[in-house]
Amino acid sequence: MLKTVEPAIAVDQLVKVYKTTRAVDGISFALEPGSITGLLGGNGAGKTTTLAMVMGLIMPTSGTVKVLGAEMPRQRYQVLHEMNFESPYVDMPHRLTVRQNLKVFGLLYAVEDLGGRIAALARELDLSEFLDRPTGKLSAGQKTRVALAKALINSPRVLLLDEPTASLDPDTADWVRGHLERFRKERGTTVLLASHNMAEVERLCERVIIMKRGHIEDDDTPQRLLVRYGRETLEEVFLDVARGRGEAREAAQ
Amino acid sequence: MRAPSISAVTLAPHRIAAMVRRYVYLLRSSWTRLLELIYWPAVQLFVWGFLQLYIAQNSGFFARASGVFIAAVLMWDVLFRGQLGFSVSFLEEMWSRNLTNLMISPLRPIEFVCALMIMSLIRLAIGMLPVTFLAMAFFGFNVYSLGLALAAFFLNLILTSWAVGIVVAGVLLRNGMGAESLAWTLMFVLMPLTCVYYPVSVLPDWLQVLAWTLPPTYVFEGMRALLMEHVIRADLMLEAFVLNALYFGAGVLVFLQLLKSARRVGSLLQTGE
Repeated sequence: MLKTVEPAIAVDQLVKVYKTTRAVDGISFALEPGSITGLLGGNGAGKTTTLAMVMGLIMPTSGTVKVLGAEMPRQRYQVLHEMNFESPYVDMPHRLTVRQNLKVFGLLYAVEDLGGRIAALARELDLSEFLDRPTGKLSAGQKTRVALAKALINSPRVLLLDEPTASLDPDTADWVRGHLERFRKERGTTVLLASHNMAEVERLCERVIIMKRGHIEDDDTPQRLLVRYGRETLEEVFLDVARGRGEAREAAQ
Repeated sequence: MRAPSISAVTLAPHRIAAMVRRYVYLLRSSWTRLLELIYWPAVQLFVWGFLQLYIAQNSGFFARASGVFIAAVLMWDVLFRGQLGFSVSFLEEMWSRNLTNLMISPLRPIEFVCALMIMSLIRLAIGMLPVTFLAMAFFGFNVYSLGLALAAFFLNLILTSWAVGIVVAGVLLRNGMGAESLAWTLMFVLMPLTCVYYPVSVLPDWLQVLAWTLPPTYVFEGMRALLMEHVIRADLMLEAFVLNALYFGAGVLVFLQLLKSARRVGSLLQTGE
């Protein structure tokens, strides 16, 4: 008999309706532990709402989300200590120094040997010289690294990222991607990454879920998507899906 | 990593301490924030203190009731600044766009509320203790001479301030920064009804009924009874405490309902206007 592994994230027939808008419309997917999946889609596709429901920030209208076996948001306190999130649209208190911010979050997540953990993250993310500087006085790239340090402080089993490299220069963005890649491989963390950046998704993700108007339009490995759409880059695939050419192509075939 | 408790109502002191630490870091980082805590209570004290001196020179009644205005202004500040201390600490999370980070952390709402209550006390102590000493130095009024009654007044006023602060926090969670002005103004709606500077008997009968539904009314009546008639009205303090327990419990329930509603409408993600 085959041993089945419980998905790290299991989304089943998930729907979110805001007044009359169906932001997420009956999506289902399951992510294997240790996998890294990209959630692609244009503005208003439902990516952020999906991430928010996975985190338990938003209550689904119907359907279920399970993270590490716990139903969200009802059983969120069973798993929140094993999850974390990073987004350029969420900040940390500007007046607090980097060390103070990391200390506060480390205490909230009950991280053992917090001083050692902060020192290790500062080394890995090249933050040592900024640790005692107010977070608000850092550059965008430095702030992103601090936000990443916060997201990794509890060595999460599930990491959710919302456009983690938005507004970064190509060099810093590449550096952040490299770090995320290493972290996932070392820790076996399950990563769900919402992004507009096709190159990022192509480089990092072993699976891509493409959303459009609250639906899942496609779900496969980047390689198979490229073959299926007859394209050379994910950006071209994304444009095909966004402009409805994918369906036309499939119909023609 | 330590295994955290699962229940949503379990209190973890280390998480409450983490949040208090966060606000203390913030206060320490800005001397203007510290100064602001003392500034308005001091201004209020001097305005009402000098008015009291002036009236006392021209009225035997107020000469007998020495300190009644100063005590009233100090008590009012406990009520108002207590709520403000709670609400401003909460607003700091919205101003810094940090609320989402907290909401996805293991921090329980009730722990967050506990941290805000502790911060309300800390901010009140920083602002009010120096002002009570100023009252002694400039007007010869020693609020600590009220003894145990002062403890009863303080307990009742701070409970009311927290009840209001909790509801304001819930409204902010549900409606975003558009509701920010509530934090600064809601208590002033209660001010005329709680009879800070005059007895309840001067209100029209129908308004008196309303006034007696508010715990601070009992405190200010009790304070005047103590200062003017030298009578300790324990009955009033007890009634205020019962009302406060009801309002505080109701405030927590309203907060939890508004938080639930915020999860439903998605306002925890967008905490702007």
